[in-house]
Amino acid sequence: MIEVGLNHYLAVSSILFALGIYGVITRKNAVMVLMGVELILNAANINFVAFSRYSNFGINGQVYALFVIILAAAEAAIALAIVLNIYKTYANVNVDEINKLKE
Amino acid sequence: MSEQLLINISLIVLLLPLFSFFITVVFGKRFPKLYLFETGIISLAFLLSLVIGFFKLTTYVDSKLAFDFTWFDFGVVPVIGEFKVELGVMIDNITVIMLFVVNLISMLVHYFSIEYMHGDKRYTRYFAYLGLFTFSMLGIVLSNNLLGIYIFWELVGLSSYLLIGFWFEKNSASDAGKKAFLTNRVGDIGMFLGILILFTTYGTFNFDKIFSGIASGVMPFESTAWLTAAGILVFLGAVGKSAQFPLHVWLPDAMEGPTPVSALIHAATMVAAGVYLVVRIFALLTADAMLVIAVIGAFTSLLAATIALTQNDIKKVLAYSTVSQLGYMVMALGVGAYAFAFFHLVTHAFFKACLFLGSGSVIHAMHHEQDIREMGGLKKKMPITYATFLISTLAISGIPLTSGFLSKDGLLAGTLAFGELTGHWLIPIIGFTVAFMTAFYMFRLVILTFHGSPRNQHKFDHAHESPKLMAVPLIILSALSIFIWYTPNPIAPDAGWFLGKWIETPSTVVPEAASFDFMINEDPAADVIHSEKYEHAMHTVHYPAMGLSIGLAGMAILLAFSMYQWKKINPDKIAESVKPLYNFSLNKWYIDELYHASFISGTLMLGKILFWFDANIVDGIVNGSAWFTRVMAKISGWFDTFVVDGLVNFTAFMSGFIGLTFKRIQTGKVQTYLVFVLFSIVLLLIVFRPF
Repeated sequence: MIEVGLNHYLAVSSILFALGIYGVITRKNAVMVLMGVELILNAANINFVAFSRYSNFGINGQVYALFVIILAAAEAAIALAIVLNIYKTYANVNVDEINKLKE
Repeated sequence: MSEQLLINISLIVLLLPLFSFFITVVFGKRFPKLYLFETGIISLAFLLSLVIGFFKLTTYVDSKLAFDFTWFDFGVVPVIGEFKVELGVMIDNITVIMLFVVNLISMLVHYFSIEYMHGDKRYTRYFAYLGLFTFSMLGIVLSNNLLGIYIFWELVGLSSYLLIGFWFEKNSASDAGKKAFLTNRVGDIGMFLGILILFTTYGTFNFDKIFSGIASGVMPFESTAWLTAAGILVFLGAVGKSAQFPLHVWLPDAMEGPTPVSALIHAATMVAAGVYLVVRIFALLTADAMLVIAVIGAFTSLLAATIALTQNDIKKVLAYSTVSQLGYMVMALGVGAYAFAFFHLVTHAFFKACLFLGSGSVIHAMHHEQDIREMGGLKKKMPITYATFLISTLAISGIPLTSGFLSKDGLLAGTLAFGELTGHWLIPIIGFTVAFMTAFYMFRLVILTFHGSPRNQHKFDHAHESPKLMAVPLIILSALSIFIWYTPNPIAPDAGWFLGKWIETPSTVVPEAASFDFMINEDPAADVIHSEKYEHAMHTVHYPAMGLSIGLAGMAILLAFSMYQWKKINPDKIAESVKPLYNFSLNKWYIDELYHASFISGTLMLGKILFWFDANIVDGIVNGSAWFTRVMAKISGWFDTFVVDGLVNFTAFMSGFIGLTFKRIQTGKVQTYLVFVLFSIVLLLIVFRPF
């Protein structure tokens, strides 16, 4: 039986991060992009907690993780509100077509 | 009356004409009657000057009243030291006599002009100018320093210019004004240089301070030659104003002005200012300077007298006679006959003003005819003018019982004494020759104008005696040409109060080595000169001179009568027999032509050369530099369009090109960018391998 160590956590977080990036890049739907972002943030959280456990930095990492969770919640709320408004205006949430700021 | 009060009155006398000038010139257009105000002011000034004269000559006859004030005080100036400019007035006997003469003649000329200038379109302005002139002339008379005299000197020149060119619609009048002004400038430059020499040496303009500086042995640039130069240079101013050779040419032309002006300015007062200046600087004249002055005066008097012999314009004859008499005065100063020179100045002012006003009266009666060949027989028509004119003519000719006899005789005796003392016999010879000529041409004038039968019947019929306002000045002036006002003894000028008490020759301040030996004072401390030698010489020549001058004048008058009255001798025949000489005199020695050929055309030529230089060289340089600038501009323009603009455009083009190239990767899609970011990070990680 292999003991679960730091590398395992990092591997999980890497996979989560890669999946998040993949989601952010490939999806056209804004909601899906947001979900990707959540994945990336959670990957970072795993890293924070893992490093907190396996190094002598004390509890700092876990505190940061809590902050990130709160931040993610807030971000999700605001982002969803923006997406809703965009939908109301354009009847569409495709990130490729929402390019008004470019003009 | 205190001294201070007298000085204050004299300042009032000085400023009254200025005041009336301003009032008349400002309000003259609106109130054409202001000429009466102006005349009244001058009369008041005359009365005040009479008061000053009376108290000065009775109470303060031997003292000098002076008043100084500082005009500018620069404090201590580097290099020069203490530097301030003072002005002031001084009243001595000469001043009060001049005040009296100037104010009296000015007042009489005002009265005369009221009638003479009647109907002129610039009537009030004429009176305003007369006021300005009177102010300036009084300023010269009252100043006790060279700077004040110089300032008023120029003001006098200005008012003379304005009055000569008073009828400026006439070309000849405006030209004459300009000629007078420019000719005077030439002399004034000399005067200015002379003043500067004295000022740099003694640091003051005040006469008395300069004299005491010279007396203490300080010389300009430590040389008496420079003192001589300073004297001659200041005298140059007098050469200009008093119309001495070679600057006499302006005075005959100045007769273009109104005749009363000629009487006031160009006969009696302004032209005497030059003589007055020499009187003021007399004490600092060295022997050499005096000799120069004597020679110039003698030559001028001869020149002008010979010209006056043949002139046919009544005013031209009088003008040349004025030049000649001024030459006399200058000559007298040169030979040291100081008192007689000033005496002649005063007597000449009266009888010459009378002659000019008389000629004005004749011209007025003849409806502006000035040619004596058109006159004749006016004696019956104009008895007052004739009588006064005759008295003045007798005075100028030096006939006994007149003032002219006293002054002219003393003056000629002075030249004779000078000849005896120094051996310069030519000066008295010229003096007596001129006396002969003067009597001749003056009687020629009288006979042709007043005697005989009228040569122009039409004009004669219209002639009339002048009104009272014109006659009274003539009577007053001719009365002043009688001896009694100056001395009780008609043959001894020294016996009277004028020369006996009032006017005394000041002692010279120049070193003994540089002055005439007869000018050396026997009592060095005295203000007044007293030289046994000179007095002895004067005494010896007194009666011969008197006899000679009476004899010559009598012969000249006889000659004039036999030529023009009794027609015993035909003047035309004599003129024919000495044709070249006659033409030489008639054309005024060709001096105007000479000046025209030399100075005037020289100046014009210089102007032309300078113009050519300007047009070709200076303009060439300017145009050349303009051309060069244009070429440079073309080159730098080309550089701008091709090099600078090329670089700028190239930069813009490159930016555009790069922009176009990289535009493609900027799709506006966030996800694409994210791919780039990721890709770049991975690339960077691979390249730098931070782990």
